[in-house]
Amino acid sequence: MDTALNPDPDRDPDPDPDADFIALDGIEKVFDVRKKTGFLRRERHQVRAVDGITFRVPRGEMVGYIGPNGAGKSTTIKMLTGILTPSGGRLRVAGIDPARERTRLARRIGVVFGQRTTLWWDLPLIDSYRLMHRMYRIPDRRYAENLDRCVQLLDLGELLDVPVRQLSLGQRMRGDIAAALLHDPEVLYLDEPTIGLDVVSKAKVRTFLRDLNAESGTTVLLTTHDLTDIEQLCKRVMVIDHGRLMYDGPLAGLHEVGESERTLVVDLERELPPLEVESARVVKVEGPRQWLAFPAAASAAPLVAAVAARYPLVDLSVREPDIEAVIAKMYADRATS
Amino acid sequence: MAELLRHEKGQAGDLAGPGRLADGVPDRPLDRARDGLRAYRMIAAMWIRSTMAYRASFAMTAFGNLAATALDFVAILLMFSQVDALGGYRLPEVAFLYGASSTAFGLADLAIGSMDRLGRRVRDGTLDTLLVRPAPVLAQVAADRFALRRLGRVTQGLLILGFALLALDVTWTPLKVLLIPLMLVSGAAIFMSVFIAGAAFQFLAQDASEVQNAFTYGGNTLLQYPPSVFGKDLVRGATFLVPIAFVNWLPGLYVLGRPYPLDLPSWAAFTPPLVAVACCALAGLAWRAGLRSYRSTGS
Amino acid sequence: MFVGTGRFRLYAAVAAGSFRRFATYRIATVAGVFTNTVFGVILTYTYIALWDEKPGLGGYDQAQALTYVWLGQALLTTVAVMGGGFEDELMARIRTGDVAIDLYRPADLQAWWLAGDVGRAAFQCLARGAVPMAFGALCFQLALPGDVLTWLAATLAVLLGVVVSFALRFLVALSAFWLLDGAGVSQVAWLASTFFSGMLLPLNVFPGALGEIARALPWSALIQVPADVFLGKHQGMDLLATYAFQAGWAAVLLTAGRLLQAVATRRVVVQGG
Repeated sequence: MDTALNPDPDRDPDPDPDADFIALDGIEKVFDVRKKTGFLRRERHQVRAVDGITFRVPRGEMVGYIGPNGAGKSTTIKMLTGILTPSGGRLRVAGIDPARERTRLARRIGVVFGQRTTLWWDLPLIDSYRLMHRMYRIPDRRYAENLDRCVQLLDLGELLDVPVRQLSLGQRMRGDIAAALLHDPEVLYLDEPTIGLDVVSKAKVRTFLRDLNAESGTTVLLTTHDLTDIEQLCKRVMVIDHGRLMYDGPLAGLHEVGESERTLVVDLERELPPLEVESARVVKVEGPRQWLAFPAAASAAPLVAAVAARYPLVDLSVREPDIEAVIAKMYADRATS
Repeated sequence: MAELLRHEKGQAGDLAGPGRLADGVPDRPLDRARDGLRAYRMIAAMWIRSTMAYRASFAMTAFGNLAATALDFVAILLMFSQVDALGGYRLPEVAFLYGASSTAFGLADLAIGSMDRLGRRVRDGTLDTLLVRPAPVLAQVAADRFALRRLGRVTQGLLILGFALLALDVTWTPLKVLLIPLMLVSGAAIFMSVFIAGAAFQFLAQDASEVQNAFTYGGNTLLQYPPSVFGKDLVRGATFLVPIAFVNWLPGLYVLGRPYPLDLPSWAAFTPPLVAVACCALAGLAWRAGLRSYRSTGS
Repeated sequence: MFVGTGRFRLYAAVAAGSFRRFATYRIATVAGVFTNTVFGVILTYTYIALWDEKPGLGGYDQAQALTYVWLGQALLTTVAVMGGGFEDELMARIRTGDVAIDLYRPADLQAWWLAGDVGRAAFQCLARGAVPMAFGALCFQLALPGDVLTWLAATLAVLLGVVVSFALRFLVALSAFWLLDGAGVSQVAWLASTFFSGMLLPLNVFPGALGEIARALPWSALIQVPADVFLGKHQGMDLLATYAFQAGWAAVLLTAGRLLQAVATRRVVVQGG
């Protein structure tokens, strides 16, 4: 994509530390994968999970990092946190090489894994925080202040003495976010922070993250499947697919590129040739089921009425554009342009 | 909060001590070790608190652990209900070897016995949550699921060792007396290195936790019997290949005044501490290699 | 009759599915074979020492005693002496309440899990049993039966042993309906079956009354009885009596499980699932 950042690799060797707070230059991660081809036979081949990614995140920015499953999102986050060593390229977070100085970096970053809690299952929530206090050697006063603030903003007051196993998914996620922030991390990585949460919990988490970023200037990088997360939180979004950066820019631009259509899925009584209706076009036919794309801004009602008037309908549903659809659209647009 | 942190960094000097970088991260190996022990203590304490949430169950499983681990000795007692000697050794002598091995193994098991869960952590991805903490991963994995109920094995080992020491007909010298605690501590360290090496292997084969059972539990079973019972090749393997013979066979046979089946100098009985240090160093290298491979392959 | 064959097909499918599921853990299986073999070697030497000291102990000559060792290693996971079959899963389902779904399934709860456990046992007998046994036979002098009939007779004894083992573990699992934490019960069950199955030492070697009692308890059906059938200790009517012993315990324990299940089901229904 021509919108992707492409900084000159031979740039100033002493870059501005705040502008290049997170800096990736041609980062690659290649895995050896052994595929089963028989009972005991395996075939080895290489998978480029991350294939030359370059970007900058200045201090204090909140960035959405999105892409379909297996696109390389998690692999990137793992390299940024020092869990994985890149196969190639140059990577700095707050001036630190994560792979080489993982534990030093650990004090300056916070990580929330959406589906893996780091809280202690059988112990009251507060016990996990006390462990963080000691493990990160957080000064007492700072710990008390940060805890107070998290408790207030994340609404944890009543939960501190409840064993984690008794918390709901949303409560646990809030607890996990607080645990990642007690040591004043300069960067917060969130891997699917709203996955599986109910609407109320999602709203609470989003409000908190927005305030955190605005007030404390914490740099936030979040991966998500939920476009609403991005819409409400991030001015800038990066799309990754097949290990490559497909888009890097404002969310509005992404809308232009991708999120322009919704899909009406109709089940007909029998197989028919592609339907002909104004204001929509058939994008897929599978037996008696057909997919009709129509502008996202338009109402679905006239289209449904038009289809129902002319064709034998059994059932129908409307699909909102999701990240997968946006990306598919990006490909389609690129192919035609 | 980051603003506060920037402020904090200005006065980070008070965190800096000898051997520490400005932001309180250990630099020298010794400091790393101290940091690891500190993390180990904290995490182990959390696990103890966790198990105490089910107090009754704890008491029962602690006793169960003692009973279960004593079963091996029951088998030996049953054997001696039929015979007077095994491989030329009488019951107190076998009990001495059994007690020494069980105590050493029990201590290692108590300290880091849950390391065989590493493969599971790799599979379900929870190892990653440990890698983003400012503490050595080895310490965190070693303290994982720390369980005081494992004191059961140590207790039965010590009880049987105590019985053996009372029943043995040995002329005690200061050297022999000294050798007993030395043997237990070095033995525990040797078994720990086996646990660590086994965990390192699980970075490569996540489902192979049973392989290490062959060396830990299997090794313990082997050492409960006198070496004269086993074939020379097996004894050689246990002496030179996986040197668990230094846990109790070499020092123990010196105490009992028995010859070792292999042609080794008599001072070999006093080498267990050296062997333990060497084993731990090798296991540490294996662990580092395993972790490095995990961080480059992600699985 | 039609229903009968349908049911049979269902349970056969469950067993086959379970067999395949265990077959997917290839590395774990190889690791297990390795460990069984190492333990087999260690125990072999201790048995050699014991039988050197007292030839003919327990009515076995040395070759028979060593055969007992390797058979024990082969059967250890097959008859799940130390647990590790279905019971952890069933206990988890009871605790989470998912068992309510199982109870409303058209299949019988006990038969469903039994079928799965038989599938598991079949896989582990072939995969984890055969290799250590072959290794033992190659490296040491074993007393393997020369005729096919004895092999078949032993197979039947192993199958009955699996059923007895299942019935015992089913009872253990059902305790989760009443106990919040099943660790204690599992541990007692583990102790009893390790000690009384003959895994630790042949029950024939147990002295006096202890031996008499041990041989009459259901756990002896797991290892001791199949081993004795394999070694040709039971012939003719004696063999039938041996089968009757195993089948009798299986019937008693399965019935007990069924009664307990009925009580537990009522509990679940009363609580509303």
